[in-house]
Amino acid sequence: MTNPILEYLTVFILAVFVGFEVISKVPSILHTPLMSGSNAIHGVILVGSMAVLGGAHTGAEEALGFVAVVLATLNVVGGFVVTDRMLEMFKAKPSEPRASGARGARGARGAEPAGGSAPTSPSGDGAATETTDGPR
Amino acid sequence: MSRGTAIDLCYLVAFIGFILALKGLSSPRRARMGNIAGAIGMLIAIGATFGRAGLGHLALILVAMAIGVVIGVPAARLVKMTAMPQMVAIFNGVGGGAAAVVSITEFISLDTKLLATYKVLEVLFGVIVGCVSFSGSAIAFAKLQELMTGRPVTYPGQQFINAVIGAVVLALAVTVLVTSSTALLWVLLVLALVLGAIFVLPIGGADVPVLISLLNAFTGLAVAASGFTLNSNLLIVGGTLVGASGILLTRMMSKAMGRSLPNVLFSAFGSVVTATGTEGPEGRSVRTSTPEDIGVLMAYARKVVIVPGYGLAVAQAQHVAKELADELTKRGVEVFYAIHPVAGRMPGHMNVLLAEANVPYQELKEMDDANPQMSTADVALVVGANDTVNPAAITTPGSPIYGMPIIHADAAEHVLFLKRSIRPGFAGIDNELLYDPKTVMLFGDAKDTLQKLVSAVDAA
Repeated sequence: MTNPILEYLTVFILAVFVGFEVISKVPSILHTPLMSGSNAIHGVILVGSMAVLGGAHTGAEEALGFVAVVLATLNVVGGFVVTDRMLEMFKAKPSEPRASGARGARGARGAEPAGGSAPTSPSGDGAATETTDGPR
Repeated sequence: MSRGTAIDLCYLVAFIGFILALKGLSSPRRARMGNIAGAIGMLIAIGATFGRAGLGHLALILVAMAIGVVIGVPAARLVKMTAMPQMVAIFNGVGGGAAAVVSITEFISLDTKLLATYKVLEVLFGVIVGCVSFSGSAIAFAKLQELMTGRPVTYPGQQFINAVIGAVVLALAVTVLVTSSTALLWVLLVLALVLGAIFVLPIGGADVPVLISLLNAFTGLAVAASGFTLNSNLLIVGGTLVGASGILLTRMMSKAMGRSLPNVLFSAFGSVVTATGTEGPEGRSVRTSTPEDIGVLMAYARKVVIVPGYGLAVAQAQHVAKELADELTKRGVEVFYAIHPVAGRMPGHMNVLLAEANVPYQELKEMDDANPQMSTADVALVVGANDTVNPAAITTPGSPIYGMPIIHADAAEHVLFLKRSIRPGFAGIDNELLYDPKTVMLFGDAKDTLQKLVSAVDAA
């Protein structure tokens, strides 16, 4: 192609369509992980930051490039690690209860009232125990 | 093969990794693999970049990356699960900041006198959008972390002031475009930071996740703009993929809340309020969803409680209900039925019905046994019941059913109602729980809907 900008525009337009088409009908439980995962992908700015720092000529450029690499690295590693943690709930289901699920850790419930001990309610939902003193 | 070609080939592999990541993250089965594909793509891209000819300051690059890893990994690993959204906001913000810094640094290093107009335009876009994303994410983080009030922040003349700042940014951008002035670009950078902050301030806490998704898309576009500036296809593709899919995702998220995107972004101004959800009797909206969506939610839950009512009997849905319970149990989900003594039209109605479908006796729990467990349930699936889960029996002294013991479906993390319509139940009382933010409705015949849920769980 005669003009390089046209080449980049072509790539850009195609990427727009791929971006639209590649995700479809995402279940709402995956909305946040998908957001976090794509967040990690735009961390590819790290490659640009490396190029800027790697080609820096003046002190100012070096300083700015250095800041850019730090920020972009945070974006990449933080993005992928956070997404991986969110997706822990999609691991093959273990039989033992997980300490912390993606919906937030809940206080483990003790024995049921039938077992004799008073039900220990996690703070904030006293309503759940209001009618439980029936059987005793 | 020259070194340049080899690097470009590596970048091509990275593209594939990114696309597979987005594709995988759209489906619960492949989500983890998707994330790993994205990470591998990223590693290949970064590794290949080190091989670039003429890449100087190698030590500096490594030190900067080490700083990023040392801060980023523990932060991401140690943060509480409940604090995840604000972590996404922060990591998104720094990405936007990096894009803005890259754009402006490249602008400084180039000979601005000979620059083509479109080059300046790319820089402007990268700087403005990157800065808006950076400061917007910072405010979003502060709201979610409760460093500041999560409520919409409004002040007199807000619309006017915001419009003026927006206009000034635009005017400055045009001036920079004409003059290529570096000094003005720095002024513009500061103003864009202000713009990002005032854009986010009026948005309330519950809407912030949608906003973060939008800012995520913004960062993607800023990265793409930096890609144009640096002549890098890798950045253009990576950024644009995120920008396009992010905008789509933002729309899906606001739709899942029963709102339109403009409503989420501008509702604090009180000008644009158009509810898109199904209207209840008093004009209040309830959330509806698709069986596929609900199926995924249940398939990955730990504990699901089925609360049957008269609607189950009418639709003769007991066999399908058991099918759904079996499908869930097979996947390791703990399932039981919470039986209200007067559910249906006669005492023991539900027990008879479910016994006919060969539901094991142990899975049927009487109300008093079931209620203490409701608060640990991820999902309460209410099938054709209404009055027996109506919190008005506890909270509204004037209500005709006040004092009646109920099944505490409202204590579960998510409440799903399978109902024929929004109409009140046998007692003719409106059910507050239907309008609760954690409640999702699936309208239709219980048997049909349950059948669809069985397929959805199977496919998830």
